[in-house]
Amino acid sequence: MIEISKLNAWFDDNHVLKDVDISVPANGSFGLVGESGSGKSTVLRTVTGLVDDWEGTITVKGKKLGPKRDKDFYRLAQMVFQDPFGSLHPRHTIDRILTEPVNIHGLGNSDARVVEALTQVGLDNAFRFRYPHQLSGGQRQRVAIARALILEPKILLLDEPTSALDVSIQAEVLNLLGRLRRDLGLTYIMVSHDLAVVAHMCDDIAIMNHGRIVERATAEQLAEGTLEHPYSQQLYKAAGGYDRAVVDTFVDWD
Amino acid sequence: MSSETLLTVKNLEVTFNTPKGKVHAVRGVSFDLGRERLGIVGESGSGKSQTGRAILGLTAANGAITADKMQFRDVDLANLTPKQWRKVRGARISMIMQDPKYSLNPVMTIGDQIIEAYREHHKVNAKEARLRALEMLEAVKIRDPERVFNSYPHETSGGMGQRVMIAMMLIPDPELIIADEPTSALDVTVQLQVMAILDDLVRDRGMALIFISHDLQLISSFCDRVLVMYQGHVVEELRASELHNAKHPYTKGLLNCLPKMDGDHSDLPTLEREASWAEG
Repeated sequence: MIEISKLNAWFDDNHVLKDVDISVPANGSFGLVGESGSGKSTVLRTVTGLVDDWEGTITVKGKKLGPKRDKDFYRLAQMVFQDPFGSLHPRHTIDRILTEPVNIHGLGNSDARVVEALTQVGLDNAFRFRYPHQLSGGQRQRVAIARALILEPKILLLDEPTSALDVSIQAEVLNLLGRLRRDLGLTYIMVSHDLAVVAHMCDDIAIMNHGRIVERATAEQLAEGTLEHPYSQQLYKAAGGYDRAVVDTFVDWD
Repeated sequence: MSSETLLTVKNLEVTFNTPKGKVHAVRGVSFDLGRERLGIVGESGSGKSQTGRAILGLTAANGAITADKMQFRDVDLANLTPKQWRKVRGARISMIMQDPKYSLNPVMTIGDQIIEAYREHHKVNAKEARLRALEMLEAVKIRDPERVFNSYPHETSGGMGQRVMIAMMLIPDPELIIADEPTSALDVTVQLQVMAILDDLVRDRGMALIFISHDLQLISSFCDRVLVMYQGHVVEELRASELHNAKHPYTKGLLNCLPKMDGDHSDLPTLEREASWAEG
C-alpha cells in the first residue's frame, strides 16, 4: 500500500531524514518509534506533503508521489495529529469541522456523513453542535479521527495520536483505532515515542535515531526483547521504568 | 529512611471559585511524610498538583485552602503570613515544576538565576555564590558548567533545562522537595537520567521528596510509597513494591489499561469508572 525508499529530507541545511525505507502492506500497521528529533514525525509529514525539500520515492497505492499532493491523494490518506487542542479550529463547531472536508471534496450528503463519522468514533449526536473547548482531550481526539475518516480514506497517518491523553483515555482511543482498522480495512503508519504503544498497535516496527532507521523489528521480536542495536536496547530498557543501575548504562546518542 | 515525621497533612481541602461555580479540587487528603520518597499519582483533574501546590501555599488567588492540620516540622503551614512564607519557600520546601521553558526566567542567564536562588537564603558574597552555583551545575551532571552558567534558558535542551531547575531548587538545601511532573516533557531515556540525578542528590542530602506524576509505573519504580488520587480523593495508599497487590479498582484499572510489549494486539481493558470512587 505504501512504499517509501531512499527518502531523504532537509530543513534548510539540516539533513533530517537519511535513506529511510518503509514498506506497509494493505491493512498493515507500521510503527515508527524514536525520541524527539529522530525524524519520525517528519516521515509522516513528508508523505502527507508538509515537507518541501525531499528526495527519494514514495509510492502510495501504486502511484508515485510528485512534489504536490492532489485531492485524490487526500481522499486516500489522511493524517491525525498529536495535539487535539491545536488541531481543531476553536471557533468552528464540530459539525463545521467535519463538514468542511466533505465540501472541499464535493462529496455531498454531508449530513449523513457527519452522523456516520461521529458514530464510527463513538461520539453521540449531541456533540455535533458543540465547540472544541466544550470537549475533553479524548473526545477531541475522537473528533480529529472522525475528520480523517469522513473522506473514507484507506490510509491513516497517525502522529502520536494518544500521547497528550491520560492512560485510561489512551486505552479507549487505541481500542478505537484498532477496531477501525479491522472494520474498515485501513492501513496505518503510526508514530510514537512510546515503545509499548507501538508494540501493541503495530505488526512491524522501525526504531529511528537522528534521521535514520537503526533497527527494524516485529511485534513478536519486541515481545521477546530481542533487539540488536544498542540504541534500541536502551529504549527498550528505558520503557521498563526507573532502575538506578540501568540508568548508569545509558549513553548519549547526540 | 527514618520514622521521623516531617510533614503532616490532615483533611486538606482546596476549592476554587470560578465563573461556573465552585470547583472542589482536593477533598480531604491526609498523609504523613517522613524522610522518604512519596509518589502522588493520578490522571488530569485528580487534584495531585493542587495538593502539592497547597503545601507550598501556591494555590491560585481564586482558591481557598482549609485543613485540620498542615504541620511542617516546627512550622504551621496553615497560618503563615506572606513574609513567613518567604522564609519557608525555597529555603526549606522547594518545588520543581514540569516545564523548564516556562519556569526559568528567559531574560536572565542560568548562572544568575541559580545565584539569585542561593543568595536569597544565604548571606554570601558574589564570588562564593558563583562557585557554589558552578558546583551545583556539576552536581546535576552538566558536562560544561561554565558554558551553561553563561547561557540563557532558550539555549538549552529540555533535559538540560530540567537539570538547571533541579540545581536551582536544590542549592538552598531544602528539607523537602516537591517535584510536579518534573520529567514528563522529556524523552524517556533523558527522563530516567534526570530522575537518577534527583535520586542521588535527594539521597545524599537526606531530603524528603514528593513526586507527583500521572505515570503509575514510573512512580512506583522510583518512590517508596504511593498515594493514588481520583477526583480529589486519595483512593488508595500503598507501598510502591506492593503495586501488583493494589486493591482499589481504580488503581487496578490504571495498571491494566497500559499497553504492553507482549505481542498481544487485542483490545486493552478500559477503565469503568464508578460514582462511588469519587465519594472517598
